[in-house]
Amino acid sequence: MKALLLGLAGLIATAPAVAETIAITGGTVAIGDGSAPIPDGIVLVRDGRILAAGAGVAIPPEARRIDARGKWVSPGLVAGLTNIGLSDAEGIEESNDVSARGAPFHAAIDIAPAVNPDAAILGNERLGGITRAVLTPDAAGSIFAGQGAVIGLGAGAPPVLKARAFQYVEFGEEGAQLAGGSRPAAFAVLHDALAEAEEYRRNPTAFGGRERDSLVKRGDAEALLPVLDGRQPLLVHVERASDIRAVLALTTRYPRLRLVLVGATEGWRVAPEIAAAHVPVIAAALADLPERFERLSATESNVGRLRQAGVTVALSSVDASAPAPMQRNLKQFAGNLVAIGKLPGATGLSWGEALATITARPAEILGLGGEIGSLRPGRRADIVLWDGDPLELASAPVALFIDGRPQPMRSRQTELRDRYLTPQEGALPKAYQW
Amino acid sequence: MRATHLFACAGALALAACATGPSGAGPAKSAAAAPAKGPGPGKGYAHDPYPSTYRPYPGVPTLVTNVTIFDGEGGRIDSGEALFADGKIVAVGPHVEAPAGVTRIDGTGKYLTPGIVDIHSHLGDYPSPGIAALSDGNEATAPTTPDVWAEHSVWPQDPGFGRALMNGGVTTLQILPGSANLMGGRSVVVKNVYARTAQAMKFPGAPYGLKMACGENPKRVYGSKGREPSTRMGNIAVDRQTWAKAVEYKRKWDKYERDGGEPPARDIGMDTLAGVLAGEILVQNHCYRADEMANVLDMAHEFGYHVSAFHHAVEAYKIADYLKRENVCAAVWADWYGFKMESYDGIPENLAILQQAGACAMIHSDDQNGIQRLNQEVAKALAAGRRAGIAIPDAVAWEWLSYNPARALGIADRTGSLKPGKMADLVLWNGHPFSVYTRPDKVWVDGALLYDSADPKRRPVSDFELGQPGAGDVK
Repeated sequence: MKALLLGLAGLIATAPAVAETIAITGGTVAIGDGSAPIPDGIVLVRDGRILAAGAGVAIPPEARRIDARGKWVSPGLVAGLTNIGLSDAEGIEESNDVSARGAPFHAAIDIAPAVNPDAAILGNERLGGITRAVLTPDAAGSIFAGQGAVIGLGAGAPPVLKARAFQYVEFGEEGAQLAGGSRPAAFAVLHDALAEAEEYRRNPTAFGGRERDSLVKRGDAEALLPVLDGRQPLLVHVERASDIRAVLALTTRYPRLRLVLVGATEGWRVAPEIAAAHVPVIAAALADLPERFERLSATESNVGRLRQAGVTVALSSVDASAPAPMQRNLKQFAGNLVAIGKLPGATGLSWGEALATITARPAEILGLGGEIGSLRPGRRADIVLWDGDPLELASAPVALFIDGRPQPMRSRQTELRDRYLTPQEGALPKAYQW
Repeated sequence: MRATHLFACAGALALAACATGPSGAGPAKSAAAAPAKGPGPGKGYAHDPYPSTYRPYPGVPTLVTNVTIFDGEGGRIDSGEALFADGKIVAVGPHVEAPAGVTRIDGTGKYLTPGIVDIHSHLGDYPSPGIAALSDGNEATAPTTPDVWAEHSVWPQDPGFGRALMNGGVTTLQILPGSANLMGGRSVVVKNVYARTAQAMKFPGAPYGLKMACGENPKRVYGSKGREPSTRMGNIAVDRQTWAKAVEYKRKWDKYERDGGEPPARDIGMDTLAGVLAGEILVQNHCYRADEMANVLDMAHEFGYHVSAFHHAVEAYKIADYLKRENVCAAVWADWYGFKMESYDGIPENLAILQQAGACAMIHSDDQNGIQRLNQEVAKALAAGRRAGIAIPDAVAWEWLSYNPARALGIADRTGSLKPGKMADLVLWNGHPFSVYTRPDKVWVDGALLYDSADPKRRPVSDFELGQPGAGDVK
């Protein structure tokens, strides 16, 4: 254990400051964009950005070298829709900013100011290779949940990479309940809110939306304008094949909507239509049970079949029953999608595609593919050195960089682990061991 | 949008449905079901009024060759052979004498293990679809309900059973009532084989369990109703009150069985608690925090019962030595943590630290998805332990998946490892079962081939799924 820690400390000591050139050499390099891993590759970083990555990259003489032989090098994982950092734990109501059932506002809600970069869970998950996360509020009291953000998990860095990155809406069974009891009611709420937004645009001064009984508050109407204009993606949680069709049809009336489907467990049954509409999907990898009537045809082949039809797919822990903090397990989900490729009748993903579902694809879907999610030139230097194949269960990061900055390899969980590796108390209580 | 785990699987919906259950197959009652007349020990009342009618399905004598074997009790054989016939393991070793005519399966590149035993499931009681009409896992109407039996909620058509078999290699599972109550009721252990009735899934002769719960769930559920318990001290107080009554109840029945006379009045809940005090029913105790486990163990000593296993024991690693000394098992997740205060201190090294301390440790799912990947959960826990410097061989880690849960269920003499004479519950994996890239290739229960990845017809489709979108898909 001690030797291991010393080894890691050595790695960090040789890690770059931001304003310099470094070359990570000798590792198996996974770009994250869907391509196959490259043995004995090089990743070149300058001033916190990727300069080049791949085989045969020329190393400038001034570059500081990090030896990654025997290791894998990948972009940091981009955790799909989650709420880590919005609470200290989901069940600790006092700390939970994920949803606001009693609030008068819905679409106007902007979760960015709530993100706490010091939340212990962010530090824990970072050690699982998560460098960025797509945070969403949960809907409560309306089909509109509000505006999510993309954050970085860098220690000591401002967390929000992009605020108001999208608007989130519930349709299907949950949306029906939030709208008063039916799917048609949910659509009526959406149409009415968008109409009110147009009204607000035409004449903001005449727009009410401050009355106690107004259906759409002023702030909500204002928040929906970028959705109407396609400047802000509209993430729609929807599961059933027929519901997916109904949501895709929204673009005939609102042609500029930038739809993203979330969930889409029955997406495989309408995959060609989703592909033709150029609508990306953020899906659960392994939802394979008819846990709701709207998910009767659930199968682990969903993502593979969507991909085969040409749909851009990212993974998320949406619809997975593991607790919200477990974003580090996205790599396990991705690995399973490789595994099912071996099963007769099942449709999986190639290794490169599987990694992309938790790196480049979520970034691309949120319009941030030029910034994060891969080791392509120009991207932020969010890099993980792994002790093995990053999708394998036994693999873990041995070093992490976010924006080129080396990250601590300790977390609250490692502190607890080290305190209790020997559970017995010593000469002093455990409280003195830190 | 996503499931919460404030208490696992607990949509504690109490809809007044008029359940008109199926009449069942009308199985013959076993002799044990008929109330025997007292006096006489154990003769006071029927102890098994809903007996197992499970019957093993037919199999063929089978020899798996050239396969890596984890025997479930820490043993590993490379390029070994395993023979099973008539539902039982016959022999396992580097080379096994097999009679002519056995079905031979080449296991080159594959791994053979005991079927996985999940000690904590709510399949059937919180089945898919998770709708109010099928939410039958928490009798959340009183803090103690030792009178309810999980088997009377089990919906044998839950699609989750099939997924646990096909994707998870799970051959035996314990179905528990939920954790809303301090004493949630009796559990049932089932073979993972679809049947028309719950009785026909019951593991023959498996002891019953009593589900108990510590901590935040009972105090929240009843505190929000403005009644005791609303605190952790209230939890223990209500438990103690109830155990005190149980001791008295048992004393009356013992006296009757010893001396005869007028039988005491039956109390269905007290029957269960008396069964625990007599050692015939095993306590399965949901409890996250180390300090609470210690409180429970003091209570167990006070009233003279034994805790078979703490479930969801997120902080077990803090008291691994104590659990070993008390001979109490810990059933844990690999890495679930941080979803509520009592799970805030979860660490992925929990299993490894327990193992290092010599405590009885095991994985469990408490989840219809997690039960499909328990081998992967163990792989993560094992790797975390190794990174922390705790060297545990793969074959020993398999004890967390089959033998230790079987021990904590009181059925380790019949399943959980590949020893001659035990049930032929086996999984053939298409690669190393601790790799993410591996899946079950074949699964046998009592020697019957019930899943074969290459045969679409060896893939169960529950009644509920039949004729629905996606029926018979690979899932």
